[in-house]
Parts: sequence; structure tokens; C-alpha cells
Amino acid sequence: MAKGLPKSFKKSLWVYHCNSGSCNGCDIEIIAALCPRYDVERFGIKLVGSPRHADVLLVTGPVTRQMVEKVKRIYEQMPDPKAVICVGNCGNTGDVFYEAYNLVGPIDNILPVDIYVIGCPPRPENIINGVAKAWVKLETLEAK
Amino acid sequence: MNTKLANKITYQIPVGPIHPALKEPVQFEFEIEGEKIINVDVSLGHVHRSVEWAGTRRNPIQILYLAERICGICSYCHPMAFSLATERAAEIEVPERAQYIRVIHQELERICSHILWAGVAAHEIGFDSVLFLTWQIREKALDLTEYLTGNRVTKGITMIGGVRRDITKDMYPTILEGMKYFKDNFEKIRKIFLDDKTFKLRSQGCGILTKEDALKLCAVGPTTRASGVKKDVRVDQPYFAFGDLDFDYITPDLITGEINGDVYDRIIVRLLEVKESIDLIEQCLDKMPSGDIVSEKKIAKLLSILKKADGEGIGRMEAPRGEVFHYVKLNGNESPHHWKVRAPTYSNILPWIPMLKGNQIADIPIVAASTDPCMSCTNRVAIIDNGKKYQLDKQKLYELSVEKTRRLM
Ligand code: SF4
Repeated sequence: MAKGLPKSFKKSLWVYHCNSGSCNGCDIEIIAALCPRYDVERFGIKLVGSPRHADVLLVTGPVTRQMVEKVKRIYEQMPDPKAVICVGNCGNTGDVFYEAYNLVGPIDNILPVDIYVIGCPPRPENIINGVAKAWVKLETLEAK
Repeated sequence: MNTKLANKITYQIPVGPIHPALKEPVQFEFEIEGEKIINVDVSLGHVHRSVEWAGTRRNPIQILYLAERICGICSYCHPMAFSLATERAAEIEVPERAQYIRVIHQELERICSHILWAGVAAHEIGFDSVLFLTWQIREKALDLTEYLTGNRVTKGITMIGGVRRDITKDMYPTILEGMKYFKDNFEKIRKIFLDDKTFKLRSQGCGILTKEDALKLCAVGPTTRASGVKKDVRVDQPYFAFGDLDFDYITPDLITGEINGDVYDRIIVRLLEVKESIDLIEQCLDKMPSGDIVSEKKIAKLLSILKKADGEGIGRMEAPRGEVFHYVKLNGNESPHHWKVRAPTYSNILPWIPMLKGNQIADIPIVAASTDPCMSCTNRVAIIDNGKKYQLDKQKLYELSVEKTRRLM
């Protein structure tokens, strides 16, 4: 458990997952984190179908030109306080696609990213760790 | 004609055009009348992440890692097809042992992918407990992949002229134990998918692709085999060690005795293929000869061979979703002169048109999922209602689908 978390969480985190042009590697690891082996639902972490319900935005992929506006719009639709987690190397740095002409990413060119989860794809443990860190951010924001 | 009928308004639903997970961006335009889809139009766009373009500025060994990231689920087939093409272009011989190891990895990926698909299909009709059940079984396949390659998803096992890691005798027990686990669980999964009332109601007679259409539209993989077309690159044009192994085309009549080409048949084909893959892996372990696993161990030397090579080659492979095709042209430079990739979903998109026509909106998710594309396509659907635009997103589609299951029960 990440340092700084209160003993009981005040809220369960709802996560919206947005694919901005990823190769699917990260996306399947996110689903794997939800499934019985890792089972993040036991912590109250849940994938939701609309950004308007979400506390945390998980973005994967290097943000292709066609997706820029959509990613921005999704971010704007989320209620405050919110946290953005960038999952996977290609969203963090461009990874193997770094020089491609159709990319506008990395994601932090477009959104204020709070937590970078590295790996291509990151293991589910790592993704869960990232979400737990987002928790700390949100709870500190709320305490203010 | 009845004037009321003639005045019936049809709606246009655009789906896409961005399909982030695929290599090909896709746009669908559905024309619907009430709940019924009366027409579907598909348009394919340009290359998305400019992977091929990036490939022509890197050397072939770097491309292996780029090709691996074309698709996270077929992360073995793409680099392997690329290396098949490059080996042909540069006339590199692959040692016998490597051929068997290549088969093992490919079949393991197929097991992984088909089980993943089974979970997604269950999810699309609102049967989430089956999603969790199948993905739990899939974790075992991922454990095995990690044991053999060191990674869970992107495997990094391919090398031009062979593979990067050996499978030694002391690894056999773990692999065989994994195969036993799949066999033990096979019956459980078969029962759920083939005998369960909910699955039958939603999948039988839904999304039909006739044999003629499958042939005409060049469908590939399980999608075409479920319509009774005997097409499988592994049998038609054996590569790796497939020529020495004992297996055959899988068509749904093996279980039901008839071919309908519906979603149910596609489920049957994939289930049987999992079984076949288990069998192939066991055969490989049995027959694997000793020897080298790669033709040229020193990467620098291999690169200089590739740099001098001049020629072109194609690589065809039967990926979990169908035939993947790579074309490479080397012209004595550091990086290939040309590299062209055609992923299986590209061929399986047009068959969506006859499959979806006449079905209901609520069937879009399961019919589309039945060809095993990357489903992010349904993310953004907007219905234009008398010029007023409102969004029908994946969530809404999914709810419609779940509702239909309930109604049928
Ligand atoms: S980080 Fe790697 S695995 Fe994840 S989406 Fe990007 S390329 Fe795919």
C-alpha cells in the first residue's frame, strides 16, 4: 500500500480508460488487473464507461493526430478533483513510435499527467501501484 | 406501397473513424430503421501510427521490436512474419530446432488470444462472470509465456534466423503441466459456451456469413473457417515445422455436423482451435530435434549480412485472427527499402457488412466481436436524429446488448 494513505479509504476510485492509439498491449494488462488474479475491485477500483463518473483517467497510447481533440475532451468532461495516469512507455515518451509523423504525444504535451507508469506494457502490479498513487493525490487534494 | 412505410425515416450511425487499436483506422456508417440495421458502409483510412514508415528508417533487428508493437495481442505473429519475409529476402536458413520452438510460441499465443476473445465475447453479451472465469484461465497461459520468454505480453523472442531463447528439457514438465491445466478446464469452458442457454440464444442465427460471402470477401482465419471455407495457412502452405505435425482444418461441423456461419459457429471453431493448439505444442515437445536455435548468433554479423542482402520476400502466417502477411524488400541498405504489413482484421472487416445487415443494433457488439477485432471501434457512435446529434457510446451499446440478453431469458 502506498505511503500516506489513511487506514480506510474515503472513496473508491473509479477509473476511466482511454485508448489514444495504443497497440492494445497496455489495455489488456489493464483488464488483466481487473480480473481474478489481481482483482482490483476488492479495493473498490472500478472501470467505468463514462468520463463523467471517473476520478482517474488512465491514458494509454502515443496520442495519434486524430485522437488529440478526443483525449482533451474526455479530460475536460471529468469532474474535479481528478488525476491522470499515463500507462505505458509509448504514452510517456513515444517508445518505438517516437519519430512517427502521425503522433502528437507524448501525453504530457496534451494533458497534465500526474503519474507515469512505465513498462511496455507495464505489469498489472505496476498499474495498480500507479492507481494507488493517484489515490494519495486525490486524498491530499480533498484534505485541503 | 404503404405511405407510412415509405415515409419511415432511417437513421445514420457513424462508427469510428478512429480505431486506435487496429493498424487500420476504420469508419462504419450504419443505416438503421428502428432497431434494424438495413445497410452498413465501411471505409478504410490511412496508416495510423506510421509504423511502416518508421520501419524504413531502422535496421531489420530494430524493426522486430517495432513490429511487435503493431498489436499487443498478436505480438508474436507480426515480428515473426516480418522475420519470415526477411529470411526469404536475405536467404537465411533457420535451424530445425528453432522451427519447432517457433511453433510452440505461436500456438501458445493462439491459446492466449482465443481465451481472451472468449472472455470479451462473454462480456459483450453481459455475461461478466464468464469473462472473469476465462481470464483466470488465461493467466496460466500468460504465466507460461512469461516462463518461456521472460515477458507477459510483448514477448521479445523473435530473432531473424531463429529465436532468442531455447526451450530445454527441464522446462518440459512446466509446459506439460500448463497443457494439462488447459485440458482440465476445456470441458468447463466448452459447456458454458456451447450448452448454455444464454449463449445459444444470443449467438445462434446471429451475424451469419455465408460460404459464398466469405469466399467473395476474402475473410480469413476462424471467421472464414466457421463459414465452412477450408483456409488455414498452416495447412495450405506449411511454414516453420507445421509440415511435420499432424493437424487439420477446423470447421464447426466437427461438433454440430452442420455449418451455419453464425456467431455460434465462430465460437466452436475457436474452442476447437484451442484444443488443437494444445495438441500441437505436445507434438512439438515430442519431436523437437537438438541443434542450434539461431542461424547467426552474433548480431553485428547478422546485421552485416542483412545490409548486403538484396531481394524481396513475403512472410505469411496464420495468426490467431487469420492470415497475417508481411512483404519486405531489401536493397543493400541498412534499412529495408519497403515494408508492407497486412493484418488479418483488414480482411475481416468487409465481412462485417453481410453479417450486420438485418441484425439489431444490440447485436453490433457481439457480431463485431465475433471476428475478433480490437473492439475500441464502438467507442464513439453518434446517432443523427433529424439533424440533432446525440452520442451512443460503447457503454450505451453494451447496455442495449445486456438488455437484449435479459429479454431473451
Ligand atoms: S506502451 Fe508498449 S504495450 Fe503499451 S500500448 Fe504502447 S507500445 Fe503497446
